[in-house]
Amino acid sequence: MIELTPQILDPEKFTSAVRRSTNGAIVTFLGTTRDNFEGKGVLTLEYEAFDEMAVKKLEEVRQELMAEFGLDDVAIGHRTGTVAIGEISLVVAVGSPHRKEGFYACHKAVDRIKEVVPIWKKEVYADGSRWVACEDHEFTHEHEAALQGGDG
Amino acid sequence: MELTVRLFALYRERAGTKEFSLELPVGSTVADLTDAVRLRYPRLAPPDVKIVVAVNADYAEPEDPLKPGDDVCLIPPVSGG
Repeated sequence: MIELTPQILDPEKFTSAVRRSTNGAIVTFLGTTRDNFEGKGVLTLEYEAFDEMAVKKLEEVRQELMAEFGLDDVAIGHRTGTVAIGEISLVVAVGSPHRKEGFYACHKAVDRIKEVVPIWKKEVYADGSRWVACEDHEFTHEHEAALQGGDG
Repeated sequence: MELTVRLFALYRERAGTKEFSLELPVGSTVADLTDAVRLRYPRLAPPDVKIVVAVNADYAEPEDPLKPGDDVCLIPPVSGG
């Protein structure tokens, strides 16, 4: 099961989806929205997704993990839109015959999701906002000088 | 050929638009497209930073060819979770 939604995520729905009588473990990861970044208060988070591609990539991650770890099912849910502090932004539920594979698969799922799925998170502060992980896109003084030179 | 380029998150905000159209010669590649994008929006990304492109909802390589009607999207660094 893959779900990309602006609605509140109910983890029980995802764990239920991967429950099987052949499994001995369900490992669940819940990503929740944090109220601080480097000492700065975060008021809320805004998630934006390239919906069609995000769903496609989430399904690819799901299929990869099921194949690699021999799992029956993996369920992933991700929020979009404005998410209040303390709410769940990501759910990964992995059903597995044994716990070890379940833990590995769940860890890997979260890493892969953060790496390849086109979803963006913006932290909103009292005095501004920031797109997370875009530090490499900040313009330095050298960049600015080059752009000014180009204009002249 | 005319292509519609869609923007998300940081790129959408920096360009001030969700999409724009771009006229490129037939046979252009993804690298040609990002060159044209940088000329049009010099403040989208610093020149030494790669602009990641998705074509038809899959990550594309710089040498990949483009064809009319392709769904082209610019993908700033992702941060889901």
